[in-house]
Amino acid sequence: MGRFVFKLPDVGEGTAEAEIVAWHVAVGDTIKEDQHLVDVMTDKATVEMTSPVAGKVVEVHGEPGSMAPVGAPLVILEVEGAGNEKANGASKAARAAPPPVAAKAPEPPPAPKPIAKPSPAPAAKPEPVSTHQDHMPATRKFGDKPLASPAVRQRAQELGIRLQFVQGSGPAGRITHADLDAFIARGPNAPTPGGAQLIQREGEEEIKVIGLRRKIAEKMVESKRRIPHYAYVDEVDVTELEDLRANLNETKRPDQPKLTLLPFIMRALVRVLPDFPQINARFDDEVGIVHRFAPVHIGIATQTANGLIVPVVHHAEARDLWNAAAEIARVAQLTRDGKAGKDDLSGSTITITSLGALGGLVTTPVINHPEVAIIGPNAIVERPVVHNGHIAVRKMMNLSSSFDHRVVDGYDAAQFIQRVKALLQHPAKLFMD
Amino acid sequence: MAEQIKTHVLVLGGGPGGYVAAIRCGQLGLETTLVEADKLGGTCLIRGCIPSKAMIHVAGQFETMRHAAAKPVHGIKLSAAPSLNLADTVAWKETVVAKLNTGVTQLLKRAKVNVVKGWGTMQDGKTCSVKTASGDIEIHADHVILATGSVSTELPFMKFGGDVISSTEALMLDKLPEKLVVIGAGYIGLELGIAFAKFGSQVTIVEAMDRILPLFDKQLSDPVKRWLDKNGVTVHLGAKAKMLEKGRKGSSLVVETSDGKTVELPADKFLVTVGRRPLTEGWGIENMAIDMAGRFVKVDDQCRTSMKNVWAVGDLVGEPMLEHKAATQGEMVAEIIAGHNRKFAPAAIAAVCFTEPEVVSAGLTPDDVQTQGIDAITSVFPFAANGRALSMAAGDDGGFVRIIARKDDHRVLGIQAVGAHVAELSAEFATVLEMGALLEDVAGTIHVHPTLSEAFHEAALRGLGHAIHI
Repeated sequence: MGRFVFKLPDVGEGTAEAEIVAWHVAVGDTIKEDQHLVDVMTDKATVEMTSPVAGKVVEVHGEPGSMAPVGAPLVILEVEGAGNEKANGASKAARAAPPPVAAKAPEPPPAPKPIAKPSPAPAAKPEPVSTHQDHMPATRKFGDKPLASPAVRQRAQELGIRLQFVQGSGPAGRITHADLDAFIARGPNAPTPGGAQLIQREGEEEIKVIGLRRKIAEKMVESKRRIPHYAYVDEVDVTELEDLRANLNETKRPDQPKLTLLPFIMRALVRVLPDFPQINARFDDEVGIVHRFAPVHIGIATQTANGLIVPVVHHAEARDLWNAAAEIARVAQLTRDGKAGKDDLSGSTITITSLGALGGLVTTPVINHPEVAIIGPNAIVERPVVHNGHIAVRKMMNLSSSFDHRVVDGYDAAQFIQRVKALLQHPAKLFMD
Repeated sequence: MAEQIKTHVLVLGGGPGGYVAAIRCGQLGLETTLVEADKLGGTCLIRGCIPSKAMIHVAGQFETMRHAAAKPVHGIKLSAAPSLNLADTVAWKETVVAKLNTGVTQLLKRAKVNVVKGWGTMQDGKTCSVKTASGDIEIHADHVILATGSVSTELPFMKFGGDVISSTEALMLDKLPEKLVVIGAGYIGLELGIAFAKFGSQVTIVEAMDRILPLFDKQLSDPVKRWLDKNGVTVHLGAKAKMLEKGRKGSSLVVETSDGKTVELPADKFLVTVGRRPLTEGWGIENMAIDMAGRFVKVDDQCRTSMKNVWAVGDLVGEPMLEHKAATQGEMVAEIIAGHNRKFAPAAIAAVCFTEPEVVSAGLTPDDVQTQGIDAITSVFPFAANGRALSMAAGDDGGFVRIIARKDDHRVLGIQAVGAHVAELSAEFATVLEMGALLEDVAGTIHVHPTLSEAFHEAALRGLGHAIHI
């Protein structure tokens, strides 16, 4: 029998470290070749790591949420044959693992450490060892059976107090005599059995910000920290556009996708952007260079079960309405299914963020750094407006947008949005040279 | 006309549920009458827990001496095999029972409880007629506490009598059966079967389920099974007792084994321990309009029946059929009648088996937490690594302490142990569960060295990932 050390491989260009998201094996498991070992997350995507060999897991390194540098041992397997590590080298690889690259991280992530090792005890079977952190929830969770000593329970019984309603200050939310005193001192407003209909909710939950949520948090801070945002909002009369869209959806061929507003906005952007090259750009502020792009790769902010992800519709300038709609649907679906690849998630030059019917009146979207602009259409509502000298009911939509003031001046941004607005108000122009 | 008695509280049954209720009623100044046909003390004291423990104690001593006669044990060698006069053992056991029975009688007297000896039959919800040696008495009460207990379950095809005995008769034999067949490998059957094996009977156990002690999990019952195998006790699992065949030389039990074969087990005595059932007949339950819950009398968490001021406690009202549950309920009902606000809501009712080795279980088991979908830590510490166990030659019986705690907040949910003398650990287990202790509380309590309880401490440490002695 030999030992096989599975190290975190280079998962993408320039990736120095990856976050461990979830383990799919535990110490003691016997695994097959190609069996799913662990999910790791890089800047762009979650990658499933599979085992190149069959064997028995003897060590796993790194808790979910911790960062592992490329080359760090993730799993040590006991395998048939020689393995790739000398038997007497045992855990040397693990101990000698280089500390995680922490240059860019705001706080140094903990070094990978074994989660569990088989117990050396000869007399008993190894029992699972707790990985519990040294924190105790201050109070019990909603619905938990209240924890209290017999004396406290009896006193509550005599007082006619149901312990379910009493907040416990002890470990694991244990209710003490002092807690009962405090409950009584709160007076007649305190809920009593059969009395109050309104019950105080107690308790709090600690959620570790890991995985995608951490990525989002880091990106948002990065964007807000580096970019001096300013917002610009104008309203757009989309009555004609909505008529056209409804008509196209009614008369479309069955194989054509249903059109939302997004392909129209994308169409408007690709027509206007050539005149505003400073807006279709990425600003590498580390070296002070703005990259202006001829193609328009449009990021589409997409809500998934785990959080916000921005897949990209590449070369929007070369797509007609139908094609753009189909591509939006494709990348959004892949993203929601967690199957979007690196190519689907990178390279955008400008981003659209739309909440559809939830779009509200105005938003101040956060720029998808290192881009310099983001466009956020708000909800379409019917409003009385003065139209051709009369008050008419029109379909109105606000267009909220944010720009990077370092490289896009307000004058340019205003002009840009006005051009987009003009196209959206008279949609025939979207398709005319 | 029968003599008439008026009383505030009538207690029907003088077992642990009834006599404790009566004593507490008396302490609280309630006028109380207790009706019991037999000696005071009930199944537990007269023909259950106490006498069986006395017999088990003697059996253990006898076994040690037998071993020392066969070959030296830890330096002790007996020059001749010990002899047993079971009638004398039973007589000694009776003195223990008598002492406790007298004690209960005096406690009732001190509490000013009026004890009426005779068979009581409820005429309606508040009236009881008692046949006493000196004539009939009719008792009228404001409150009635039913504490009639339970009786051994009979097999329909082999009723008690002759060579077919229940645990009651097994504790009164004046001659050791050469061969004993025990039907039912629950705790009663195993406690007595093991005791008789230690006395020197050739014991065979027949159990319908696929393992012994079916109410405990396999990990807990395995050391007991190991002892049985090692000590020549034959155990037929998954086997059905079919009938008792009476021949000229004696009787045999016909058993269908798990593989479908039929075997005959000849024996001198056939001990039937297939369970106990609440005693719900013969005392006029039919004259009372009280609701049932299956075979038990239905009560709420204050032991109220469906009839006003009629209460019921103990084996009569449900599982677990244990002395300490009955006594707790009896005490509680007395206080409720006296106007206190009480309810029966224990965090745990520990159960023990005086098998070899002993077994104790309190709170949730590994199966329970799995069924309830609780994310739990299960931690085991073996007595093989406990100095006190080794020093009384009890380190190699496969014993251990096991703690189950919730993973997120470490509250202890259940504790089990198997090993020599572990029944005495049940008090700490129950206290920990009642106090709502966490693993950290157990780990933070200094446990005396050298004692078995250190294994409990170490199991808690192990649950926290840092046991010392393993």
